[in-house]
Amino acid sequence: MIRVVLPYHLRQLANVKGEIAIQVEGPVSQRSILDALETRYPMLRGTIRNHITQERRAFIRFFACGQDWSLISPDALLPEAVASGAEKFMIIGAMAGG
Amino acid sequence: MSSVRLLVGTRKGAFILTSDGKRKKWDIRGPYFAGWEIYHLNGSPADPDRLYASQSTGWFGQLIQRSDDGGRTWNPVDNKFVYDGVPGTHQWYDGTQHPWEFKRVWNLQPSLTDPNAVYAGVEDAAMFRTTDGGQSWHELPGLRAAKGHLWSPGAGGMCLHTILLDPSNPNRIFVAISAAGAFRSDDGGQTWLPINDGLKSPYELPDPDAEVGHCVHNIAMHPARPGVLFMQKHWDVMRSDNAGDSWQEISGNLPTDFGFPIAVHAHEPETIYVVPIKSDSEHYPPEGRLRVYRSRSGGNEWEALTEGLPQRDCYVNVLRSALAVDTLDSCGIYFGTTGGQVYASADSGDTWAAIVHDLPAVLSVEVQTLP
Repeated sequence: MIRVVLPYHLRQLANVKGEIAIQVEGPVSQRSILDALETRYPMLRGTIRNHITQERRAFIRFFACGQDWSLISPDALLPEAVASGAEKFMIIGAMAGG
Repeated sequence: MSSVRLLVGTRKGAFILTSDGKRKKWDIRGPYFAGWEIYHLNGSPADPDRLYASQSTGWFGQLIQRSDDGGRTWNPVDNKFVYDGVPGTHQWYDGTQHPWEFKRVWNLQPSLTDPNAVYAGVEDAAMFRTTDGGQSWHELPGLRAAKGHLWSPGAGGMCLHTILLDPSNPNRIFVAISAAGAFRSDDGGQTWLPINDGLKSPYELPDPDAEVGHCVHNIAMHPARPGVLFMQKHWDVMRSDNAGDSWQEISGNLPTDFGFPIAVHAHEPETIYVVPIKSDSEHYPPEGRLRVYRSRSGGNEWEALTEGLPQRDCYVNVLRSALAVDTLDSCGIYFGTTGGQVYASADSGDTWAAIVHDLPAVLSVEVQTLP
């Protein structure tokens, strides 16, 4: 199981508490995690990535294993530690000034 | 006894304010969707417990929420707003063409007869409709065919912020778009005409015959007389007696004719309300005195309504969707401010009192009059 951490507002929207665990079939990448996440929690569609282009929204960032994956190809394989569930895949709202 | 329910959208959530017909004591519920911008929430005239809310942030984009129990519980519905076909382009600030890009929903207008049918006005300006209670949204692309390539965003964005449905003619719809103008459809939204003849914007739009490009801030009608429209423009308060075919200025003795909202009394079609703002550069009341202006003659002759409103050191604004009226026998008038106050008058504006003082900046106020 993949461990996913959502930002506060998306946890509220999906009606979940804490981290969530989702099953991902096949290679574990940002795209496959988000596909599985949106299948299980369809209310999240459009809030993390664009409905049509599937591009990451501007103020969303992806972190795993101490690394920012936001600018890396969504099809790049994530570390085995994420695939095995040892490490979390974190979706966070970026700092946006103020 | 009848009651009223105010649906208040703010920068940081939605609030629902309820009172009995006396409108003296209020119950305040919320925030719903705390931390999110709620540009608009509105109820179905056909089923008052069916509510829709536009919820958005810069982080997570657009959501639409629906309630089937008068706002006690909510569920997200479809949030996929995709322009029909190739989106095309509109005019950009530098005169070049710029692709249409969906940003947010500004206005939700449920059908007068079907709780599952709702119109949505969006930025970049376009009209969408659902007929399945929000499970899917589809654009009415004929609107952008009304010279959309010439529309250009103003400072507040190129937003479709006002939708009026004609109660006497289900095929007639009016909309208003910032920095584009007013438009009318006579075939249920399939095709649209610009209705801006008589509007004057000499500095922003030197061409006196320009069909589009006028910055309409809000339009209003009385349901019993839908051919008469009232408009608060960027500058100027206007009136049309022929469903928008032509407009005449009715600013009259207003201290300034800049402002955002305009509303019509529930029982007096010639009684209208505006909230003048000092200027396009200073978005607050003249002299720091918050005054609603009422005309009982359909315009030109205006009186200041001040009793119960702050008459010194007040520098709030009242946004275009933040003024509304109920339909009780003694017509109630309500408005919200960017300072977070919601004011109510139960006597057509003669006297006012704040229902609540310290909400986040108010973006919209709608009223439901309940049996």
